[in-house]
Amino acid sequence: MQIQNQHADCNRPLADASIVACQDCDLLQRIPEVPAGASVRCPRCDKELWRHKPDSHNRTLALTLAALVLYIIANAVPMLGLHAVGREAFTTVIGGAEQLWRDGDQLVAVLVLFAAVLSPGLQIAFLLLITIGCQRERPPFWVGLFLRNLNFTRTWSMIEVMLLGVLVSLTKIAEYASIIMGEAFFALFALVILLAAIQSSFDPREVWQRIEWAEEEARRSDATKQMGEVTP
Amino acid sequence: MSESNPTAMAHGLQSCEGCGLLSRPAPGAHEGRCPRCDEKIEFRKPASLERTLAYLIAASACYIPANLLPVMKTTTSGGSESDTILQGVVLLWSPTGWPLSLIVLFASIMIPSAKILALFYLVFTIKRGSMENNQQRVRLYRMVEIIGRWSMVDVFVDTFTVALIQLQPLMSVAPGPGLLFFAAVVVLTMLAVESFDPRLIWDSAGAKEMKREVQHA
Repeated sequence: MQIQNQHADCNRPLADASIVACQDCDLLQRIPEVPAGASVRCPRCDKELWRHKPDSHNRTLALTLAALVLYIIANAVPMLGLHAVGREAFTTVIGGAEQLWRDGDQLVAVLVLFAAVLSPGLQIAFLLLITIGCQRERPPFWVGLFLRNLNFTRTWSMIEVMLLGVLVSLTKIAEYASIIMGEAFFALFALVILLAAIQSSFDPREVWQRIEWAEEEARRSDATKQMGEVTP
Repeated sequence: MSESNPTAMAHGLQSCEGCGLLSRPAPGAHEGRCPRCDEKIEFRKPASLERTLAYLIAASACYIPANLLPVMKTTTSGGSESDTILQGVVLLWSPTGWPLSLIVLFASIMIPSAKILALFYLVFTIKRGSMENNQQRVRLYRMVEIIGRWSMVDVFVDTFTVALIQLQPLMSVAPGPGLLFFAAVVVLTMLAVESFDPRLIWDSAGAKEMKREVQHA
């Protein structure tokens, strides 16, 4: 995956790693050290550049392991059911997508599967691999591969939206039938809370600062020169 | 150069979207590779406005059938009945169900249209080189980014209603043709948000400042 010895198009890093550009307005600035829990914001556009999250690695690992267990439960057992005219019907999350597929709406079925099952699964798997890789003093290069794709899985993982959707459909169905809440519904509810907790305990900047670089030479050779190029 | 608000691009520096590292590309190069995470980097997202606009136009085209075509078809022993999104909102309106009805109204009708309008506005003001309300515009962008995902709610409502109500021959629910268009609106607007580069909001200010300084010199 990693292409070695290709320095031709590789950028040179700055000597001072605390200088960054705001992702939302490109303003150059220095990220100061702040006490735990405090955040650093861009003075121009108010984007949060960094939040100092204490004990990030251990907390994230613990929460991610818990999330993994809940994720497995949530997808293995029924989420809801109904009881009407002497009949009972249950569905899992995947079962919902399956029924759409059978009814001829394959594209939407894939989207539901992607947003409700696949993306959260990838999100948890990526976090787990990242935190395991970060047990080392210098996390290996592949950790970055997952870390830079973590945002993508977070954008498309929509468990909280699905739960709201489930509540709405239950209200509709309650007119015709009595409703049975499955274990998965509660597991998903807890999972939403855990994913939010992971979000507020995981510090990607801390990982990036320790990680092994794609171009290790660039990292070592940068230290002396280039200072004074930028002084925001 | 505008020293009051120094940007990375004005200093010939690129900031990596993957890992946030600031680095300098080879002289004269516009594309580079991040030395830390190996991601390809450019000063700005490539063809950001054009791609955002393309997704927006596609989303607007899907928006019409998404709201006119039924998203659900209910078959009972007495016959069958189709509901559009708006009819679903009306059906949900009851002494107990009205809060959820309002949520669906917001998530499925107001948010997608507000999102499309907001992004059109952002693209338009950038194309015009506007320098005003930068803070408000970037805030608008962030709001669209955060709230946008909630319009998926109706897709999930229909999915699980369809999955549960399969009590043939008494009553069954099937997805309608509008559902695909509605899902397309949600996905296309999310892609539009992702291809939009908020740094462009500030670029025209920098360009004008530079021009003014050149005139003064």
